[in-house]
Amino acid sequence: MSDYLLMAVSAIFVNNVLLALYLGNCPFVGTTKKMDTAVGMAGGVLFVLVLAGLITWVIDVTLLRGFDLIYLRTIVFILVIAALVQFVETFLKKMVPPLYKGLGIFLPLITTNCAIFGVCIINVRKDFNFMETLVFSVTSAIGFGLALVIMAGLRERMATARIPKILEGTAITMITAGFMALAFFGFMGMA
Amino acid sequence: MNNIVKEFTKGLWAEIPPFRFVLGLCPTLAVTKTVETGIGMGLMLTFVLVFSNILISSLRKVIPPSVRIACFIVVIATFVVIVELVSQAYTYGLYQKLGIFIPLIVVNCIVLGRAEAFAFKNGVVASIADGLGMGLGFTISLTVLAGIRELFGAGTLYGIDVMGSSFQPFAFMVSAPGAFVCLGLILCVMNMFGKAQDM
Repeated sequence: MSDYLLMAVSAIFVNNVLLALYLGNCPFVGTTKKMDTAVGMAGGVLFVLVLAGLITWVIDVTLLRGFDLIYLRTIVFILVIAALVQFVETFLKKMVPPLYKGLGIFLPLITTNCAIFGVCIINVRKDFNFMETLVFSVTSAIGFGLALVIMAGLRERMATARIPKILEGTAITMITAGFMALAFFGFMGMA
Repeated sequence: MNNIVKEFTKGLWAEIPPFRFVLGLCPTLAVTKTVETGIGMGLMLTFVLVFSNILISSLRKVIPPSVRIACFIVVIATFVVIVELVSQAYTYGLYQKLGIFIPLIVVNCIVLGRAEAFAFKNGVVASIADGLGMGLGFTISLTVLAGIRELFGAGTLYGIDVMGSSFQPFAFMVSAPGAFVCLGLILCVMNMFGKAQDM
């Protein structure tokens, strides 16, 4: 049990998927201008990442390793993720319209989110078992959401601040992200 | 002919990724600790970009628009697997250093972005020029960023000691926060030459 707890703390704070592993930076810059889009993206990522992590893990263990097809991993994983995102979108549209309204526009973007694909690859490259895959996928998504929400808060505040002309836009966002990453470095001693 | 040259050179300055065309940030931040990994990633991406552009632009009349994204992803993934296997066989050291960022070329927004915005609408020759220009532009950007980070963070350039023995490495530059701040400062310098395309 304490192993899983340690893994969770590590994935959320110490090895934050965004700020330490550098995965998912495009949505990080693209969706953090406003708090609602950041929350929507974080929710979508949590939902898809957990499903994708588990499904790709099962496929990898049963089919790819069983039939010695590991070299096909990249193609299979990206197809599974793309199909899954499409499926989730259709399913939510029909069955849970309010959730679809909230996540809808972010779902297509999630296909090319490196955080999803990256975490799926890490799960199988590190030979995680099923429980570890579940914990790592959930906590990575939480860490991603946390970074997104903090960043959105900072950027909403920055919108009213006077920023030097040449730093406007992505430049100041990257520098802010750098200092956030520095703050997350402070958790290094915990795990 | 002029057109082809224009498509090629726009990737080198006017729309140089990722400094002006702010996409594909993950590999930009992750593999620029040393010049070696930066150049390696840049060249791998150039290969994938050129060949996926060729295939997509020659198939652009066959691919139905409604399923084009899925088709693009399959084409791109094929070339990424080729790069992955070739680098594993011939440049194993680089393969290990780049780690998961080689398969992650599949989800690099630059490749998909060029397929969608350019190769699907233009001829094969123009698409080759576009892919080559964008790929080399990305390689140059990565080399510059990696050069700055390696020079100050480790005192070396491409593994060769250049700062002398009295140099104290500025470890911040090779850590994760340093990557973000360094990229932010480069974007700031680029802003001096005109506004970058906002996402």
